[in-house]
Amino acid sequence: MMVDAVATPPRRPGGIKRFIEAYPFLPALIIMLVLLALNGIWQPRSVSLVGITGLIKTYMALMLLAVAQTYVVYAGDIDLSAGAIVSLVNVVIVAVMASLGDSGVSVLAAMAIGLGAGLACGIVNGIVVAAFRLQAIVATFATSIFFTGLALWVMPVAGTPAPATFWRTYGGRILDVPFVFWAAALLAVILYLLARTRHALQLLAVGDDAQGAYQSGLPVTAIRIRGYAMCGVFAALAAFCITGDTASGDPLVGGKMTLYSIAAVVLGGTALAGGYGTVVGSVFGALIIGLINSLVYFVGTPSEWQNLVQGLAILVALVAGILIGRRARA
Amino acid sequence: MTRLVDTLKTPIIVALALIFLLLIVGEMLSPGFASPTQIMRLLIVAALLGIVAAGQNLVILGGREGIDLSVGGVVSLSAIIAGNLMNGQDAGIPLAILGCVATGALIGLINGVGVTLMRIPPLVMTLGMLGVLQGLLVVIRQGIPSGRAAPGLSQFVTQPFLLGLPGIIWLWVLIGLFLAFLLSRTVYGHRIYAIGSNEQAARMAGVPVAAIRISLFALSGVFAAIAGICLIGYSGSSFANVGEQYMLPSIIAVVFGGTSLAGGKGGYTGTMAGAMMLTVLQGILTTVNIDESGRQMIFGATLLLLMLFYGRGKAMRA
Repeated sequence: MMVDAVATPPRRPGGIKRFIEAYPFLPALIIMLVLLALNGIWQPRSVSLVGITGLIKTYMALMLLAVAQTYVVYAGDIDLSAGAIVSLVNVVIVAVMASLGDSGVSVLAAMAIGLGAGLACGIVNGIVVAAFRLQAIVATFATSIFFTGLALWVMPVAGTPAPATFWRTYGGRILDVPFVFWAAALLAVILYLLARTRHALQLLAVGDDAQGAYQSGLPVTAIRIRGYAMCGVFAALAAFCITGDTASGDPLVGGKMTLYSIAAVVLGGTALAGGYGTVVGSVFGALIIGLINSLVYFVGTPSEWQNLVQGLAILVALVAGILIGRRARA
Repeated sequence: MTRLVDTLKTPIIVALALIFLLLIVGEMLSPGFASPTQIMRLLIVAALLGIVAAGQNLVILGGREGIDLSVGGVVSLSAIIAGNLMNGQDAGIPLAILGCVATGALIGLINGVGVTLMRIPPLVMTLGMLGVLQGLLVVIRQGIPSGRAAPGLSQFVTQPFLLGLPGIIWLWVLIGLFLAFLLSRTVYGHRIYAIGSNEQAARMAGVPVAAIRISLFALSGVFAAIAGICLIGYSGSSFANVGEQYMLPSIIAVVFGGTSLAGGKGGYTGTMAGAMMLTVLQGILTTVNIDESGRQMIFGATLLLLMLFYGRGKAMRA
């Protein structure tokens, strides 16, 4: 009996705790649903089919860039050039389409070249950070300056229009379903398939413990380069969406998106230190930023106060997300 | 002999050698680049970056992935506040300094509290703060004229003050001496290195880790605020987001100065050299007659090349 009084049964983690541990994006999902509900209360039309289509159409690029950033963050790295890659691919595809004319073939050729450009940028980043062993923050800032220079070389000033075929498709419907929904569905399938490959797992292993991963025989340098390459490809996809949304080329269009993509990754429950996270969370994180922006507008914030309220709300969401996630994992 | 080679390989010597080399290259590309007046102009610009980098340097030295992305926002905010408080009058200078330094300290304090007490990663906390500051800038600018620098302040930043050098350069030298003394000769300085290199050990040894780290972020805010005041003295009036150009370059100056981003290793003297090197490089690129795209490509590629000289990570070993 004495023994019983002293020995406490091993504490089993609570149900919710285990749940969040298995699905790190849950806090993000909850925050997103709450924001969606709040949007609906203040502006019922915002949760209609048209409203949701508009939201996805506008924030699809940020969702993709957040996904791009996630693969790099998985391995404990960071890519400050992600936005510059978006700018570069944006002007490259607009320039290619402008020279090949307005046709389906021209659009496909431009997209192929754009994907190649994104991939090349990603590989450059990977080599610089993983093979040359430079600090990711400063090295990708340097490459971002280089990529921005390239974008300015391709198109010195903003304003070249994208051909109608491109943006009509992006803003249009296929079989009565908005194109962006097809794109979102395709993205979901791709992310699901990628999550089942060894790529994601290897990146997470490197991020969790690079030395351990190396000692167990993983090609750490190659894996990190591959993470940056995936980032470049998804940044190119983000550039397609932004081109579809803005219907023009702008050599500086993506610059502001880099820091938002990092915020979205953190909002999604992924650890910046690497080794823990999900891409789905980053998609939710991007939507959280979009929903905060629209909610601030819908509640009638005076226009000059909107940026401040948005900034405060994102800061609160970042802090809350980290605190909830940590409590769940502690 | 080996000691001599080791000394020559220290980042500060490398940086000074590169500055000298860059000045020669600049003089060859456009004669007059290395003239005394030009060098003084470069020094003023370098001082602005260097003062921001002082705070960044302290935060990075403190370790635990210490970084301050909000410095650019603080510089912009401080420039606007200073402009409005002075409004072109010398009498407003003390109030402007007081107001800006207090604002910078408060922002840094909030960053520090978030990073230590709530254990938010510094990158995330200061990134969120940057968003808030950018919003605050929009609010402050509404309706109110963005303010003008007092003549006394402009004179301090741009006109010769002592031995032919403007006051801001002397201020920078003072900050350099102050930080060198602080980091190498005081308990506080040693504690910064202690928490930066091994936080757990420092805590066991009784170092008030949280208080020190909060003070580092507060100091970063103060230095950025001082740079903001000087910036409006340099440019006369402030425009939106003038500080953004300092955010990442301040980190690069620290890295070029030989301070490790991992914390606990480095110092400010190297950072001063790093800030000068970055400024001279940018100066060359603006004087050379090429278009913006080429300038950016060369700048990015040169930064990468220079980074190969500094703090490369160790190769993996089994």
